[in-house]
Amino acid sequence: MHDLGVAALARGLQDGTFSAEELARHFLDRIGRLDPALNAVITVAPEERVLESARAADQARSAGSAHALAGIPLLHKDIFCTRTLRTTCGSRMLEQFVSPYDAEVVERCRTAGMVMLGKTNMDEFAMGSSNETSYYGQVANPWDTDRVPGGSSGGSASAVAARLAPLATGTDTGGSIRQPAALCGITGLKPTYGLVSRWGMIAFASSLDQAGPLAPSAEDCALLLGAMAGFDEKDSTSVRRDAEDYPAALTQPLSGLRVGLPKEYLADGLDDAVRNAVTEVVRFYESQGASVQEVSLPHSHLAVPAYYVIAPAECSSNLSRFDGVRFGHRCENPDNLEDLYKRTRAEGFGPEVKRRIMIGAYALSAGYYDAYYLQAQKTRRLIQQDFVQAFEQVDLLVAPTTPETAFRHGEKSDDPVKMYLSDINTIAANLAGLPALSMPGGFAHGLPVGVQLIGNYFDEGRLLAAAHAWQQESDFHARIPEAFQ
Amino acid sequence: MAAGACDTVCASRLTPSRTGLIMSLSSEDVAKIAHLARLGVNAEDLQSYAGELSKILDLVDQLQAADTAGITPMAHPLDAVQRLRPDAVTESDQREAAQACAPVTQDGLYLVPRVVE
Repeated sequence: MHDLGVAALARGLQDGTFSAEELARHFLDRIGRLDPALNAVITVAPEERVLESARAADQARSAGSAHALAGIPLLHKDIFCTRTLRTTCGSRMLEQFVSPYDAEVVERCRTAGMVMLGKTNMDEFAMGSSNETSYYGQVANPWDTDRVPGGSSGGSASAVAARLAPLATGTDTGGSIRQPAALCGITGLKPTYGLVSRWGMIAFASSLDQAGPLAPSAEDCALLLGAMAGFDEKDSTSVRRDAEDYPAALTQPLSGLRVGLPKEYLADGLDDAVRNAVTEVVRFYESQGASVQEVSLPHSHLAVPAYYVIAPAECSSNLSRFDGVRFGHRCENPDNLEDLYKRTRAEGFGPEVKRRIMIGAYALSAGYYDAYYLQAQKTRRLIQQDFVQAFEQVDLLVAPTTPETAFRHGEKSDDPVKMYLSDINTIAANLAGLPALSMPGGFAHGLPVGVQLIGNYFDEGRLLAAAHAWQQESDFHARIPEAFQ
Repeated sequence: MAAGACDTVCASRLTPSRTGLIMSLSSEDVAKIAHLARLGVNAEDLQSYAGELSKILDLVDQLQAADTAGITPMAHPLDAVQRLRPDAVTESDQREAAQACAPVTQDGLYLVPRVVE
């Protein structure tokens, strides 16, 4: 059952080939047997509770009142608050934290009748590109367990690639859905900022954070996005607009599509395998009647520097809530309030989170705000204007998701700046708030290569359709690593 | 955590370079920044943080070369403004549920070390 796509699983459930309970047992069994090699899941939901919600989905289906996704199992990134399972955010700070409410994304998936199997591993507070900053241990890439799955949604990507679940949720602040999707050989979409509610999603950098789906195929991502997306009164940045039928959008034709190749993303120094994958995808679109032209995004080189001011600044503010008073870790026997704050935070946060908090506190401190934060926010506008101009000429951009394939554990963990450059191709879409997805574009030395599609605001349907068309032509997304078949 | 007057003073004591920005932080600078963030850092780790944070500041220093004259800072990708709602009570009292995740409470209050001597 784990080699079927979500649409096929839903058909199987509907025609009684298998029940949601059988499906849930199958994936729980796979998690139990296969996750020890990956460490992709921090908390597995108690079996009885999983089976209970699966049986409820079975009943809804037999009563004819079920949502299309009823009974489909999924994993949530451990950044989404859940009432029934702890939410650690990959941090010691929240080791025992159980939220009094569910995140809106969790609530929507549950309302659709989806069955939560557990919570996936992630870089601590979503700060990382390799899943090595998690307090709960590093995650392995199922294509080569000596290598990283990417991050920060590395647990979600690794679990889906190994088919421990058909679907997983993730969040993307600077590439945290797309980069691990690329490194693990699956499809992952970061929607337009404001499309999916951030309510109950632990905040890292609020002006950049956005939740989205990870799945083997674009079709499966479309199904999950349909369940996740929509206006939410409780999120002040949620955008009010009519709901879209993403699965229905998948079949739109490619003829007449105007494809842009941003030259700054294809400069010298790019891995040949990555360049070839991009070329193959573009050639395919041309063969389907799309036109292709080179475009320029001249401020691309400023994306990483702007991001490493804006994201740390917002994180230093967001993470000030972890003070040992209202929730989370608290140090033993504090001498006074300042000691309580300082020791609680020293013990609760890991080194990468501390680095980013300090960079943010520094960038926002008196006398430096204009030079750092304000200048970064102005640069962000320049980066957005590049895209606005490009989208006057083309409908979507094709680019590499990452400059290289999955790297080895430890390869970049002692050099923060080297690690930051793993996200060099993904950060700009967050700064501009644009939707972008990564899809499998090929393999190099047995490792997956990701190709990124960046679209105009709220053009998720077109991105998913373009990825779906490629996936009708190729089978990279359907391949399962040998040890996990 | 409220930032006190001391924080402003502490920040201004960071020694700026010729360009007005610090590209290389000292251990002392890190200690001051950590204090601003109410983050305990062991004395023996200050030097390595100083090196790492300086490298990150080197990276972001490229921003200074960007010509942003006349550019409006971007606060929201869609230039959305804050939504307003009627000033009405919509939530019921959830104090017990909220305090269930607190490390220490008593009689509905959060306990912290004595702040008034």
